[in-house]
Amino acid sequence: MTGPAGIPNERTRLAVAGARATVAASLKEQPRRDVVLNATFAGLLLLAVLLALAGLVALLAQAFVTGAPALGVDLVTNVPSTLHPENAGFRPAIIGSLELIAGVILFVVPIGIGAAIYLEEYADKTRWWNRAIEVNIQNLAAVPSIIYGILGLAFIVRGPLDLGFILAAGSLTLALLVLPVVVIAAREAIRAVPDSIRQGSLALGATQWQTIRAQVLPAAISGIATGVILAVSRALGEAAPLLLVGATVFVTFDPTPFSGDGYSALPVQIFQYATRPQEDFQTVAAAGVIVMLAVLLAMNSFAIWLRNRYEQRW
Amino acid sequence: MATTGSGAMEPAGGPPRRLQATNPRYGEKVIQGLLALCGILSVLTTTAIVISLIGPTIGFFQIVPVGDFLFGIDWTPQFEPPSFGVLAIVAGTLNVALWGMLFAVPVGLGSAIYLSEYATPRVRKTVKPVLEILAGIPTVAIGLFAASFILPEIIQRFWPGDFLGGVDKPFMALAAGLAVGLMVVPIIASISEDAMSAVPSGLREGAYAMGATKAKVATRVVLPAALSGIAASIVLAISRAVGETMIVLLAAGSTPNFTFLPNEAVQTMTAYIGVTATGDISTGSVDYESVFAVGSVLFVMTLAMNLVSIRLVRKYREVYE
Repeated sequence: MTGPAGIPNERTRLAVAGARATVAASLKEQPRRDVVLNATFAGLLLLAVLLALAGLVALLAQAFVTGAPALGVDLVTNVPSTLHPENAGFRPAIIGSLELIAGVILFVVPIGIGAAIYLEEYADKTRWWNRAIEVNIQNLAAVPSIIYGILGLAFIVRGPLDLGFILAAGSLTLALLVLPVVVIAAREAIRAVPDSIRQGSLALGATQWQTIRAQVLPAAISGIATGVILAVSRALGEAAPLLLVGATVFVTFDPTPFSGDGYSALPVQIFQYATRPQEDFQTVAAAGVIVMLAVLLAMNSFAIWLRNRYEQRW
Repeated sequence: MATTGSGAMEPAGGPPRRLQATNPRYGEKVIQGLLALCGILSVLTTTAIVISLIGPTIGFFQIVPVGDFLFGIDWTPQFEPPSFGVLAIVAGTLNVALWGMLFAVPVGLGSAIYLSEYATPRVRKTVKPVLEILAGIPTVAIGLFAASFILPEIIQRFWPGDFLGGVDKPFMALAAGLAVGLMVVPIIASISEDAMSAVPSGLREGAYAMGATKAKVATRVVLPAALSGIAASIVLAISRAVGETMIVLLAAGSTPNFTFLPNEAVQTMTAYIGVTATGDISTGSVDYESVFAVGSVLFVMTLAMNLVSIRLVRKYREVYE
């Protein structure tokens, strides 16, 4: 193969060069068109992500820039005003919202967890009625919130329950709205507990309920708590159903759960300021958004902390 | 093992030991019953929704003919005589949803492909939670953003002059649509990303081995394989867009308008319910009952979409999980 002095002869050299060129042409470089298409596609995808993130950033920035002048202690301690935007505050609305979500928690925690336990631990999935409950809950999670407002108006405020336009009726309406969220989250948390835990407990003679109470629930509690917090933060930000069940009254006093004098809630109050034509009330509305987002951020951070702190890896 | 073991433990020749529980444990049954009741409550909620919609809707149709309601395009309840042509506000709803989806589908799907196929694990771990923040923002805040930023700073600034008659209105379907789109981007991105991540990597590797480029793998292999999940996310997003209230109340206006033009003020079904059914409306009036009739249309539309979406999700779970 080699020539007299160890130098590759001309034919070998040419053959090697030719082969290398062929291989390089087919492997080393992609066709120019593919390179361009690939880069364009990746660029468009990046653009999509950046657009979504830019929307979020612009939303937050807009609220802060517009609302900053109205921020202050007065904003949370003052009562609303229709005439003096400089004195307008959110006190009754904030207290109303806190009472609303307290009621939501009282209602959804036992019932949501109970339904989740039933569906995960007891229900026989081959039975049609259990599958029906499951599809039903998934659908309820996606029913428009204003439909829950109609339900609240026709069933809770009037009709069978006939509570009137009181805060407790609003609370019950919001609770029905977020119940499916709690059930779905709690089911996932319960499902994540491995079967071996249950089998071990049952083998030691525990009854099914003892197993659930002493083994499954403690292991799933962080996931359940996270789901409850997310559901409650949804209830806190929800305004549409409250429009129908009485939260639109102009309220300048601290609302109480069962009084018929009316009540208000933070998102509804923001909406009412936002629909006033005067520029100054837009500022108050934006400041209210900042307050609401701050509360939500605190709640969600707590949920994330809870999940990281107590999450079980099996 | 088990049989010989238990045999050894029993005294020879003694009576066979009963393996049933020594007491009937009624408490367990009671607890199971109570938990089942919690599950049944969800069914009762749906039943209550249907019942509360049906009664007044039937009452409404005794005054307004069904045909006039379902096929009329004039929605003027306050006129004398009033006209209840629901198509006007159905069109308003679809108008907003259409522009919302034109924004949300490319952005949400693009984000999903990027996160599932292109992003490094670290980028994915940061971007996904940030997108989920967007999903947690109350819609009244997004509505305010639509009215005070999207409309004046984006639409009115970049709209090409007098195209379609200009954009000097204070309410606009496009402003509400873009905001609704922004709201549903996380739904599309998150569910589609889950579906794409569930596609087995063997499919991708096979395509790479055949010489496919990354863009081809994403669009010709992963996308079709995750199609039912993606479709589910889009259907669910449309259902959310159709059912959204606060954004449209703040940005789309309250003018029933049978149009699909983006620069017109429109009223959606949800906005009609939201402005009409506040506190002081009197029970039994035509206005009161019209709220329930519109609610029924809205409920049936979203129910159909939700059921399609639930079925599609189940389909992709069956294939790959």
